[in-house]
Amino acid sequence: MTPTAPADVETVLEVADLGVDFWVDGEYYPAAVGLTYSVRRGEVLAIVGESGSGKSSSSMALLGLLPPTARVTGSIQLLERELAGLGANELRKVRGSEIAVIFQEPMTALNPVYTVGFQIVETLRTHFDLTPAQAKERSIELLDKVDMPDPGTAFHKYPHQLSGGQRQRAMIAQAISCDPVLLIADEPTTALDVTVQAEILELLRSLRTRLDSAIVLITHDMGVVADLADSIMVMKDGEAVEQGTALDIFQKPQHPYTQSLLASVPHLGVNLTEEGSRAGTTRTAEPVLSFQSVSIEYPKRGRVPAFLAADEINLEVFPGEIVGLVGESGSGKTTLGRAAVGLLPIKQGRLVSAGLDISTANARDLRPLRRKAGIVFQDPGSSLNPRMPIGESIGEPLYLAGEAKGSELDARVEDLLDSVELPRSYRNRYPHELSGGQRQRVGIARALALTPELLVADEPTSALDVSVQARFLDLLQELQQRLQFACLFISHDLAVVDILAHRIAVMHRGRLVEQGSRDQILRNPQDPYTQRLIAAVPLPDPVAQRERREQRAATKD
Amino acid sequence: MTTEPSPKPGDASTGVTDAENSIELKEVEGLSQGQIVRRRFFRHRGAVISMIVLAFIIVLAFSAVGFDFAVFDLAIKTAGWWQWTWTAIPTPQNGGAPTLSLVPEFLGGDGIRIGDHPFGQDEIGRDIFAVVMRGTQQSVVIMVVVGLIATAIGTVIGAIAGYYRGWVDSVLMRFTDIIITIPLIVVGAVLGLAFGRLGAFVLAIIIGLFTWTGLARLVRAEVLSLREREFVDAARVAGASDRRIIFKHILPNAIGVIIVNTTLLMAAAILLETALSFLGYGVQPPDTSLGRIISENQAAFATRPWLFWWPGVFIIAIALCINFIGDGLRDAFDPRQKRLPNARKLVKQNRESLQRATTAGVTRGAGFQAGGTAVGGVGPSVDTDKDDRPGRSGSSS
Repeated sequence: MTPTAPADVETVLEVADLGVDFWVDGEYYPAAVGLTYSVRRGEVLAIVGESGSGKSSSSMALLGLLPPTARVTGSIQLLERELAGLGANELRKVRGSEIAVIFQEPMTALNPVYTVGFQIVETLRTHFDLTPAQAKERSIELLDKVDMPDPGTAFHKYPHQLSGGQRQRAMIAQAISCDPVLLIADEPTTALDVTVQAEILELLRSLRTRLDSAIVLITHDMGVVADLADSIMVMKDGEAVEQGTALDIFQKPQHPYTQSLLASVPHLGVNLTEEGSRAGTTRTAEPVLSFQSVSIEYPKRGRVPAFLAADEINLEVFPGEIVGLVGESGSGKTTLGRAAVGLLPIKQGRLVSAGLDISTANARDLRPLRRKAGIVFQDPGSSLNPRMPIGESIGEPLYLAGEAKGSELDARVEDLLDSVELPRSYRNRYPHELSGGQRQRVGIARALALTPELLVADEPTSALDVSVQARFLDLLQELQQRLQFACLFISHDLAVVDILAHRIAVMHRGRLVEQGSRDQILRNPQDPYTQRLIAAVPLPDPVAQRERREQRAATKD
Repeated sequence: MTTEPSPKPGDASTGVTDAENSIELKEVEGLSQGQIVRRRFFRHRGAVISMIVLAFIIVLAFSAVGFDFAVFDLAIKTAGWWQWTWTAIPTPQNGGAPTLSLVPEFLGGDGIRIGDHPFGQDEIGRDIFAVVMRGTQQSVVIMVVVGLIATAIGTVIGAIAGYYRGWVDSVLMRFTDIIITIPLIVVGAVLGLAFGRLGAFVLAIIIGLFTWTGLARLVRAEVLSLREREFVDAARVAGASDRRIIFKHILPNAIGVIIVNTTLLMAAAILLETALSFLGYGVQPPDTSLGRIISENQAAFATRPWLFWWPGVFIIAIALCINFIGDGLRDAFDPRQKRLPNARKLVKQNRESLQRATTAGVTRGAGFQAGGTAVGGVGPSVDTDKDDRPGRSGSSS
């Protein structure tokens, strides 16, 4: 995996001593300092780091796409031409034609009021002298090149009519429309499901050889890096702490940060051998949560027809057990979680949660459930009331249940903060002052305030960085062992579920396709969908990942 | 697969940081939501000046000629420090011309003096300063009452419609639509004529009952999006009642929309009252208001222009101040607001920090230390964020 390109291959991008500072409140704060790197034709450089490490800002600086509060220093040379200090007009000519960007979220990066084809044609005609007919022909060619199914029809479609993966393909088609010498991919697969991610990575890999352009890949996902990168630059707090070839970084990381970063990446199925210790607890007890052929439907609203989000669900969670619920976006897993705590009514079947039959419950019947079930939400940014100090958020369930008031409530809140390992002084802070990881801890503290029998964790780590995620999972596991609550852990990430769960249930298009012990599901998946899901998870190890890739290619034929 | 004895992720906090608090948050570090808003507001120069001017006008108006308000059976009356009251009819001096002079003698003027009738007198000799002060009082009272009533009605209707959706929403919003379709000036004319005699207070209540519609729609829209946020679900799971969710969780988050629109509504209310009084439908004689003064004296425009100037200046000043304050508040509540440095400051900063960078070396640490200390100890800087698990590291708890 070392850059096999000979030394005489053209260097596309040469960055020297690049610094980016942001002006905030009368002071410059460095976002990136002294970055020096170069990328050759056909090479993929991965810039890895956690959020806030300056990986995105330093790459946007290449294109001059930073807000006016930013200041860029240092030298950026594209094909031996200095880009730093270039005027807006010349820079605009460079953008699109020589440097192109694939953004993270194709839904927001594509303009929703224009067809995909229009947007590609626009890029083409900005940079080349083409007639509309020629541009259209070329666009369809490009869509074909990115393996868009039925490019002729896709040309006339609006972004919302395409699936997430197809949208990302359309954006890639737009990005490569002018044969750029440098392609910047900013978290190109973060918003996608694993199976789709695998396809997009496949596409990027084949494009690299077909286009022979340099790719700068910005990501926090070590699996993606292992799959695609030739060389890696690890960033932390705006500095490049380590640079090297992919193999070197993965196998012999030098810097302690790189080591800890790699250690935090969850590996799928690493410690399957210790399975015995995590066997399900006593099955004789009554299940805490039990779905019995439950269907959940989103009622029809206006012209939008009713949508069956979950169908014929049979799932049980026993006391002291963590059940992982895995599936792709839109598979209905969050729907199940919300139904379990009584946030959604069910259409048919029987749902027993924490000993209460809530199949046909109204708001009054649900009140006892509030004391017995808690939920941790996905988005740490939106799950806490921005106008309430976190102490008040944590104390709210206690206060509303009439368990504690005044100084007693304060003491309970402090205990809860202790248990999630946050300083007591954070009680009076507001959510915006906390980092994502800290906010999720507050979310757990709130969910556990009434020592519930059931905790539903709805993708609590999907918005967190790997290292923060690792610590969060640790904490959750520790709390679960101490308090012995039953937990339904919802995630799209098999590796995360693998760390926590005793049993795993796999969901696909509103149906449970498979469930069983962790060992059964990960080692010996029966359902073809589960097999595909497991095969699609990129391994954070270049060698193993290549083997995996070849294997997958072989089975496909 | 890594075969090295990898440390347990949780303990490996030495190198891994929680650098999620991005640079953009630096500005708001260690501040509560209210403090942030206040800081941003006081940065808006126009709004702060407007606030001072408005406070001055209000104090002046209410202290100069004293309170005299009767609401139904409750009457408040105090004396002011100005020598004339707005009903007194002194003998006209000097043809009623204003005695106020602001041009000093050495510039060829009459010297700085206020005189007996700074704003002049009308035909029958009433002191225009006293009358304008009375009119300003009326405008301020109307502004405040309309603001309170319209905000209360608009917020509650909007919040209920947005929160419950469905038929509740349909009924409330159709009702709102009906109110919107009635031209305000017609309502004001009909009801103002009927109730104008009861004074500015009652007129304000009537205006308030018809001006809440815009706010209700905006609050509804805001609530519609806020109710989908996860913290609302979290409150529901915690067992909060609908009322608590609406008033404790949703509305405080819509406060920006509410405050900004209330200020704009208040400015509109002043203008509406002025328009109604000018047309003769608002405040009825013997009481007076700014619009009334203008309408009463419109025949004298050519001969005694000060009868227009002074009430006009006060109408414009109040409305302008309120609009500026509203503008400042909107900026303050907008989380996407970013302050851009002006060019001169930017160059200066640029030079300074580059110098510092060269003297302190280009290491990141030095740059950060400088930044951290400059924040001035307002809460923790990035360094404290390195480990958010004090329990484990034992650094603090």
